[in-house]
Amino acid sequence: MQQIIDRRLAGKNKSIGNRERFLRRYKEQVKEAVRRAIDGRGIRDLQRGEDVHIPKKDVSEPVFHHGSGGKREMVHPGNKEYVAGDRIQRPKGGQGGGGSGSGQASDSGEGEDDFVFSLSKEEFMQVFFEDLALPHLIRTQLAETPEWKSHRAGFTSDGTPNNLHVVRSMRGALGRRIALGTEKRRELHELEQRLALLKSPQTSVDDAVRREIDEVETRIAELRRRIGAIPFLDPIDLRFRSRVKTPVPTSKAVMFCLMDVSGSMDEQRKELSKRFFILLYLFLTKHYEKIDIVYIRHHTQAQEVDEQGFFHSTETGGTVVSSALVLMEEIIRARYPSDQWNIYGAQASDGDNWHHDSGRCRELLEQKILPLVRYYAYVQVAEPEQNLWEEYARLAETSGTHFAMRKATEASQIYPVFRDLFKKEGAPA
Amino acid sequence: MTPRLQMKDLAAGPLPLAHRPEQHLPSPSDWSFELIEQYHSVIRTTAERFGLDTYPNQLEIITAEQMMDAYASVGMPVNYRHWSYGKEFISTEKNYKRGAMGLAYEIVINSNPCISYLMEENTMAMQALVIAHAAYGHNSFFKGNYLFRMWTDAASIIDYLVYAKNYVAACEEKHGLEMVETFLDSCHALMNQGVDRYRRPSKRTLAQELAERKEREAYAQQQVNDLWRTLPRRADKAEEQQEARRFPEEPQENLLYFVEKNAPLLEPWQREIVRIVRKIAQYFYPQRQSQVMNEGWATFWHHRLLNTLYDDGWLTDGVMIEWLKSHTNVVYQPKVGDRGYSGLNPYALGFAMYSDIERICRHPTDEDRQWFPDLAGSPWLPALDHAMRNYKDESFVGQFLSPKLMRDLRLFAIVDDDKKNDIEVAAIHDESGYRRVREALSHQYDLGSREPNIQVWNVNLRGDRSLTLRHFQHNDRPLDDSAQQVLKHAARLWGFAVHLESANGKGDVTKRWTVPAPAH
Repeated sequence: MQQIIDRRLAGKNKSIGNRERFLRRYKEQVKEAVRRAIDGRGIRDLQRGEDVHIPKKDVSEPVFHHGSGGKREMVHPGNKEYVAGDRIQRPKGGQGGGGSGSGQASDSGEGEDDFVFSLSKEEFMQVFFEDLALPHLIRTQLAETPEWKSHRAGFTSDGTPNNLHVVRSMRGALGRRIALGTEKRRELHELEQRLALLKSPQTSVDDAVRREIDEVETRIAELRRRIGAIPFLDPIDLRFRSRVKTPVPTSKAVMFCLMDVSGSMDEQRKELSKRFFILLYLFLTKHYEKIDIVYIRHHTQAQEVDEQGFFHSTETGGTVVSSALVLMEEIIRARYPSDQWNIYGAQASDGDNWHHDSGRCRELLEQKILPLVRYYAYVQVAEPEQNLWEEYARLAETSGTHFAMRKATEASQIYPVFRDLFKKEGAPA
Repeated sequence: MTPRLQMKDLAAGPLPLAHRPEQHLPSPSDWSFELIEQYHSVIRTTAERFGLDTYPNQLEIITAEQMMDAYASVGMPVNYRHWSYGKEFISTEKNYKRGAMGLAYEIVINSNPCISYLMEENTMAMQALVIAHAAYGHNSFFKGNYLFRMWTDAASIIDYLVYAKNYVAACEEKHGLEMVETFLDSCHALMNQGVDRYRRPSKRTLAQELAERKEREAYAQQQVNDLWRTLPRRADKAEEQQEARRFPEEPQENLLYFVEKNAPLLEPWQREIVRIVRKIAQYFYPQRQSQVMNEGWATFWHHRLLNTLYDDGWLTDGVMIEWLKSHTNVVYQPKVGDRGYSGLNPYALGFAMYSDIERICRHPTDEDRQWFPDLAGSPWLPALDHAMRNYKDESFVGQFLSPKLMRDLRLFAIVDDDKKNDIEVAAIHDESGYRRVREALSHQYDLGSREPNIQVWNVNLRGDRSLTLRHFQHNDRPLDDSAQQVLKHAARLWGFAVHLESANGKGDVTKRWTVPAPAH
């Protein structure tokens, strides 16, 4: 017998293995495309795919084939005017295709195009984060052995007896009994009334009536039997409490974004800082299931704000960096005990600070904050090295590997800075 | 099941319709499994009346993505993993999404049972077209044509591909993705030179294949060792004779086979991969030689079957219009110089030729009687059957292209000789040109003239172990310079230096390429 097989559900994404191999082979080109994309893109649309261009000759697979030249005889359809012995000028573009040069030209034009394909969002981010890893990542705390918490998720029709929900099951049984028995009970009821009528003294008793009484009585007995046969509780009535397991985020991270919003921070510098924070955030989302972000902006005073206020408000005034560090420490103490949270600090500034304050910043960091955080990164978005940079540089010498500082003055430097800060230990930058 | 009709039973034409249906088959645009069953059974009965002999059919519904997937892995439902298939998939997908290309309506696999893919996006009318085209047209061609009967083993191909996929995956696991990938690249580069053109292969089931593998590995390695024995023979005289001995004694056409059996440094798993690639190349070899015939045959039969269904009262006008539109697109032949002209359309040529054979049989003209004395007026179904079974494109065109068809298509032959400034029109569709045009077109379908003829020429057994390949030029046509790239792959397979000589018709070597031994 002939058969039709529905394959639609089977073998979805069958070619994913081939695609992976393709991406692996062109890793360099893909990486380059991603690097360029990150440089050029706006912040908010970082998390989407990207087109990758690869020169066609790089993806071609060589085989032996004939070159141009030699003698070829070819047959073409659609002769309009030629007769045997006619001579036709050879079309430009080399290997004569026959009467027409136009088709040839477009062919060869196409041949030099790049091979273009799109990276999906996931692939893009994958490449982006590829050889980065969180510094001092405590892997046991990460999702490798996730903790599960079971919680209720409605009812299901099968389960173990200990999860049996009696009330639900009985309600179901009752409903079923009603549904199955209604028709019969109605008929029974009518017959009983009829019987009562037949048996009442007003009715004269004759053969026909007697026969009817017999019939009605058998029918009543039958109906009673069938109503009685409706099971009180049927397996389909049973309802069980459903419990599902969900992973509990065991690794929580909080990211502190500190930014100078004083008058000297112009739009372009803020833009640079933004990129830094966003990149850090995206990076953390890859490694932690739950991430809190605390935005602290400061000029002479520091203030905790929401994302909108952080990136899009304009303030003016002087600069006291230590105010932000003090606030950060207060927030950590109040809300993010360091034994439960992985704390990351990212600070962006143009390096401008009230000169008496810079020393205090170093002390605050060294004594109060660095002991609490996993990593603290400072990015200066301006070239001149002022006293804050110098103080931080002293700190960097003494504080080991969980403090890092870099300068970035244009968009294309952000990415290397980022990679540098979080580069995988042992991997070349 | 009724016993299959013999062609001689059909001398008078197809069997008559058993009884006319009372009403048309339903024709909503959406298909359903029941409808496909209904259409299929009607098409089957009709095909049987025409005596089409097929493998059992297996229709499978797939999504567009799966279609692209099958497309990308050379039309097979399963294949080993390789980046080039990923590349194909990406470009197919891109073209499809951009709308530059309609997806093939169908893919049909030369296997037993014969698997035809129906895409879920197709309307009911299109599904009917695909069933008639693939499940009866191509299927009967696969079963009947001598090339397929001789070179492919429909019963075991799927099993073999599954085996190949698993074997390659196991190799990847054992030796690393990179190793296997570069090695496959090299094999693919020589794939077209990895087929036996003349020697008939033995048919093996997968079980035999597996059983022989172990044995073969050990034996092959021993043979190789023997060939490369470095200990000198005892007598000096024998030594000299050895020097003079050519290896291989005769030039060999199957490069991959030669590598598999003789490359000195290959590991057993590498030899097996060479074997897999060359087996698959061999499987596709008939398809490359019979495209016009195969597509023409399938097109002819979907056209005939669906028209018969209409005449018998099964199909509505709407269904007819829909598949005819698609049919017309498929057999459209742009003229030379038109936009989008890219040579002869195999569907158009094949369809026209089979239709023409039918015409010659049923309504011959005097010209036909003169050109095709055996064919003119003979029963048409047996004649078509014969023409399908016993030819390949080259001989099919050489045998059956009629003057009338050449006139209809306005075929003309040109000679493009790089020694002359102009292209010359050699012959056109007139009395003096028919034979020349037909001959030229026939040669055009000769794989030997389309692909360079490259053979294993010599191996330096006692010196640097280098391998020399020789290209035998066809009409002085040179090799493309990509040959250098291919040679690198050949050198990777061989393990030592590889030379390629291009020799013209007189046997003079006109060009050489050399690739040094790859670093070990």
